[in-house]
Amino acid sequence: MGRPSESDSGKTPYDFGGTWIPSPLEINRRAARKSRNRRNALIAISSSVVVIGGLILIAVTSPGWKSLSDTFFAWAYGVEVLPKIILGFGTNVALTLIASSCVATLGLSIALIRTSRSPALAPFRILATLYVDVFRGIPMLLVILLVGFGIPALRIQGLTNNVLILGTLAVVITYTAYVAEVIRSGILTIHPSQRAAARSLGLSHFQSLRYVVLPQAFRRVTPPLLNDLVALIKDTGLVSILGVTDAVRAAQIASSRSFNYTPYVMAAIVFLLVTIPLTRFTDRTLRRSIERQNATGVA
Amino acid sequence: MTQPVLEVKQLRKSYGSEVVLEDISFSVPVHTATVFIGSSGSGKSTLLRCINLLDQIDDGSIELDGEDITAVDADVDKVRRKLGIVFQSFNLFPHMKVIDNITLAPMKVQGISKEVARESAYKLLDRFGLHDKAEDYPDRLSGGQQQRVAIIRSIAVAPRLLLLDEITSALDPVLVNEVLSTVRDLKIEGMTMVLATHEMGFAKQVADEVCFLHHGKILEWGTPEQILESPKQPETKEFLQRVHEAGRL
Ligand SMILES: Nc1ncnc2c1ncn2[C@@H]1O[C@H](COP(=O)(O)OP(=O)(O)OP(=O)(O)O)[C@@H](O)[C@H]1O
Ligand SMILES: [Mg+2]
Repeated sequence: MGRPSESDSGKTPYDFGGTWIPSPLEINRRAARKSRNRRNALIAISSSVVVIGGLILIAVTSPGWKSLSDTFFAWAYGVEVLPKIILGFGTNVALTLIASSCVATLGLSIALIRTSRSPALAPFRILATLYVDVFRGIPMLLVILLVGFGIPALRIQGLTNNVLILGTLAVVITYTAYVAEVIRSGILTIHPSQRAAARSLGLSHFQSLRYVVLPQAFRRVTPPLLNDLVALIKDTGLVSILGVTDAVRAAQIASSRSFNYTPYVMAAIVFLLVTIPLTRFTDRTLRRSIERQNATGVA
Repeated sequence: MTQPVLEVKQLRKSYGSEVVLEDISFSVPVHTATVFIGSSGSGKSTLLRCINLLDQIDDGSIELDGEDITAVDADVDKVRRKLGIVFQSFNLFPHMKVIDNITLAPMKVQGISKEVARESAYKLLDRFGLHDKAEDYPDRLSGGQQQRVAIIRSIAVAPRLLLLDEITSALDPVLVNEVLSTVRDLKIEGMTMVLATHEMGFAKQVADEVCFLHHGKILEWGTPEQILESPKQPETKEFLQRVHEAGRL
């Protein structure tokens, strides 16, 4: 079987892997769709240029622009302090990595305790609920202050006074409460019939959880967990209040020395370089997980 | 007389003040199929759930191979290992491929090696014409194919007794047949079964005994011919009449 259009016109406009050639009706429809898409793209581009360009123009021509840009956008000075800020940001990254692995483990444990029904775990269930309620309801800054200044004030031998460790501890305490709730809600959205099916196959309670419930729950909560990760990265900046030399603190030191706020802007840019890609990634994961859930509408 | 696989004695089950099952007694000899018929809400699903220990009974007893599985110290996991159940709504695990759905219990519950489990799973898939679906996820399968996978999954652990709860009621008429022929094959191979169904034609083909359940009681029982062709109780007659009008006989 040959394709007539191949030998006739040299190149087929559409390759469908068969001998089917779209009818004139379909070809017209495609052409119309294409021209409409082109028109929409043109409108989107021109309206963006007008709006964004206009806003920039207003800012730059305003009377205060000169002093504003000197105070916040002194690029030469910014580049000068950048190495210190990046060095400080290393602390934020390390803190994020350590805290997030602790949070993942503890959050999962608390979620499992709260969703368990075993009578032996009853006291732990109550404690876990209390813990989650309390630490989701306190501003994290307060937790950092309480842990960071409160624990050293106890003067207990053997307890650390290291602000980095105490800061990390405070972050872990707060985020574990958030993450435990996210995971718990994921577990609760898995229909009981899935567990019943697993149990009726002879899988134990733990095996049903491990092989059937949790894998499905994790897929559902991946997007909100990634959101929490982005928030965690930002919030590590709060431990600077304890004197930890992170990116925020490094910027603060540089800024107070020169009475110029460009270091803060530089620190913000450094954070954005990490958080924006992660946010985009989260968005894509979310879209994909919605598509997948729509595909599995039945059963 | 040899011991029956399943023996239910004076079972009673209620939800709150609503008595769903009352004075249910029957036994299922090895290699036979007992079919429960009855209108919606008569308690068929509840009965199967009780046998599988997914629900707790209020009174009476259930014996599996002579062992009281409703005893307080009965090992629930061990009992379930001897029972297979297939639900109306398939309940396949959506995050696992067909082959993994089938091999999960043999591997994790029976401790069979992955290779051996996969090999026997493929054999089963082959036999029921689903070989090329092994590496697909359940949502890529038709309803009839999903239900057949669910059946294969429950027989992969070689259960002593298979419980089938209206396994075709979520399917189109065309898909019903492929699922029913799968069950017929199992019957021929000697699987002992308890079924709940609305398909009277099918009941006639596979059943050794038919029980008519009405408001939670077994009102009439006997061979398929006795119950489906010359019922004695007026309620059974009326039920069959309604089924007949719905065109399912
Ligand atoms: N978990 C429950 N809590 C309270 N009542 C229930 C519960 N499950 C079932 N019932 C009641 O028990 C009765 C029997 O239900 P069951 O599902 O066993 O009927 P069925 O014969 O399987 O019906 P169908 O043919 O529609 O599947 C119904 O009246 C139902 O409302
Ligand atoms: Mg039912």
